[in-house]
Amino acid sequence: MSNIEDLRTAVISGKRKDAKVLTTALLEQGIAPERLLEDALIPAMTVVGDKFKRNEVFVPEMLVSARAMKESMKLIEPKLIEAGIKPKYKAIIGTVEGDLHDIGKNLVATMWKGAGFDVIDLGVNVTPSAFVDAIETHEPDIVGLSALLTTTMPAMRETVAAVKATGKNFKIVIGGAPVTQTYADEVGADGYSPDAASAVDLAKSVLAA
Amino acid sequence: MKYTSLTISDPDQLIYGTAPHPITTKHGMVIGGGMIYPELNFTLPNIKIEKSSMPEIRRHYQQIVSESLQRAAELESPGVVLEFETLPPMTEFPEFGMDIVKILLDGIEEAHGKYGLKASLRCTPNDNREFIRPPIMRSGRYWEAMLELFEKSAQAGAEFLSIESVGGKELHDDALVNGDLREVIFSLCVMGVRDMKFLWDHIVPIANKHGVYAAGDTACGFGNTAMVLAERQMIPKSFATVVRAITAVRSLVAYECGAVGPGKDCGYENPILKAITGFPMSMEGKTAACAHLSPMGNLAAATADLWSNESVQNIKLLGGMAPTCYMEQLIYDCRLFNQASSDGPEAALQMRNWLVKSDASLDPQALIISPESSVAIAQAIVSADDHYSAGIASAREAIRIMRDSSEKGSLKMDTRESAWLDRMEDELDDLPDTEEEFIEEMMEDVDTDKFVPEDYELPVLLTV
Ligand code: B12
Repeated sequence: MSNIEDLRTAVISGKRKDAKVLTTALLEQGIAPERLLEDALIPAMTVVGDKFKRNEVFVPEMLVSARAMKESMKLIEPKLIEAGIKPKYKAIIGTVEGDLHDIGKNLVATMWKGAGFDVIDLGVNVTPSAFVDAIETHEPDIVGLSALLTTTMPAMRETVAAVKATGKNFKIVIGGAPVTQTYADEVGADGYSPDAASAVDLAKSVLAA
Repeated sequence: MKYTSLTISDPDQLIYGTAPHPITTKHGMVIGGGMIYPELNFTLPNIKIEKSSMPEIRRHYQQIVSESLQRAAELESPGVVLEFETLPPMTEFPEFGMDIVKILLDGIEEAHGKYGLKASLRCTPNDNREFIRPPIMRSGRYWEAMLELFEKSAQAGAEFLSIESVGGKELHDDALVNGDLREVIFSLCVMGVRDMKFLWDHIVPIANKHGVYAAGDTACGFGNTAMVLAERQMIPKSFATVVRAITAVRSLVAYECGAVGPGKDCGYENPILKAITGFPMSMEGKTAACAHLSPMGNLAAATADLWSNESVQNIKLLGGMAPTCYMEQLIYDCRLFNQASSDGPEAALQMRNWLVKSDASLDPQALIISPESSVAIAQAIVSADDHYSAGIASAREAIRIMRDSSEKGSLKMDTRESAWLDRMEDELDDLPDTEEEFIEEMMEDVDTDKFVPEDYELPVLLTV
């Protein structure tokens, strides 16, 4: 008999194959897919994320866990859909127009995925209208914008204005090296975080507000 | 490999201000001729670059050039280089870039007339090819516009042409965050090397045609991305150190194609390249903290021929506008170094050694570009048969240097870091002997949707 604890350990230690085998076994044992997500995968990524926050692991080590989770998710996701269970939150993220920096944005996306969010990554150099289109299509709960250049901060402001004009109900959070809380307040975003480690807490807190 | 031996093989000869092949500018600065000069870099504050904002943007650059050069003259700087590193729209639309080039060149001539100041301009267009995904590397509007700015700025009198090119970066960012040394070598030494050759075979003729200098490239998007990630404890410093050593193989290609320096400031691999080529190099360190932090603030100056601040926004500080303040700081740094040199070779060497020793034991990324390490890595590179083997050799040498120094107690390294030395060594041991086999393996493993294999002369795999 496999247990949920083993799956959690496999993800924490980044064992992809084990994660796959265990997920298959646990599903066959009749354990509900949402239990695997809630009690194994998300807690595992929280452990890894906390270790990263405390500088106990490096990003490559964290990504190994993220990939193990992905392996397991591939098996769990169809079951969740079958059962009509949707992820708690849907997020859209992208780097604003004119800006190609994406390492930070990708890390935020990974962290959000680790927290069980359904993340749609629009990539880099994303125009305000592409954000708007994606919002119309996916109806997210939260939208994340990234900008690394002082010269693309105006594009961030324009994007915030454009996505707000859709009138849809979602929160906007922003980030990137030149971005500050003051700037977030100024452009009318709901939140800002200085790093990927705190981006999950930020998202949860603005979504709870 | 074009270089099969070192131009500087004695680490004591690898020193700031002096290069075996110096460069003379139009106004008579001799870079690498015994003196280190400041190289000032600057950028715009928070502003969108478009036609309607160009008048304001012009005013920024006019202010930067006139105020900073006035300060240089007041402080009697023996010379100064200005670097105009464009912002992406200024290369995308070369007329924007050329507007600024002309403003800076006029400012330089005016300062020469008014104060007799010897100044010179480096023009660094953006490599915007990656605006399209996957990037089109050998044609298209981004490529054309970039060449146009090189050509026109050279024609107008920008004396040095540089770039931070991005060939191979399609895979490198992922390789970094995944700590994947094999993919790092593929990005830098297979893809990067091929693109560098193609690119510099275009830039060198432009420089020659207009009688200016093809100054060199940097692996900024590779090595400095690794450095920033390491600084934030995202990847191990030992890994970033090995990446730095390998970047030298990629950046070397510009010189193999005919570039002559001064190498561009953000290439922390430059000391290795100086040992190989003997060309002068620009470096940035403590006085570039306005742009990014680094663990080699002093050591970076030890072998520099130009001393740069990398980039600062044109904003008001208490002392004056930021570029003027940084001009002053660079000038004082250079004065001190030049004073040591004019007290004789022993004093200069003493100064250099202080710069080295004050940083080298604290961070492997500093240690790896010390004169001694640079010569050792340079030797590993020139002893290799091709760029692929040179990449492996430089990585091995970097690991050896870190291991030896930490065993001797001359380098601080915790167990979390040193564990990566074994991991990287294992990865190197697993690599095939020839580039051909390596390419074959990698083309099966990497995400070939992220780049255009033809643009890298790489075989397209037929998927059955
Ligand atoms: C790596 C890098 C690059 C790489 C980017 C690779 C990539 N795929 O992203 C390359 C080489 C391509 C590059 C190109 C350029 N760059 Co650059 N780059 C950097 C560098 C060194 C590090 C950025 C980075 O990856 N940091 C690591 C990540 C993990 O941190 P981060 O991005 O800050 O993200 C964290 C937080 O900010 C936050 N966060 C980020 N996004 C979001 C979003 C949300 C929603 C939230 C909640 C949080 C959040 O969480 C992240 C994780 O912790 C910075 C230096 C710096 N000080 O930031 C310069 C820097 C940003 N670049 C700069 C410049 C000038 C350029 C170029 C114009 C250079 C040139 N002349 O060609 C081009 C522009 C290309 C373009 N159009 O975008 C300047 C900007 C100056 C300015 N005027 O603003 C900087 C500051 C360097 C400098 N000092 O001069 N660059």
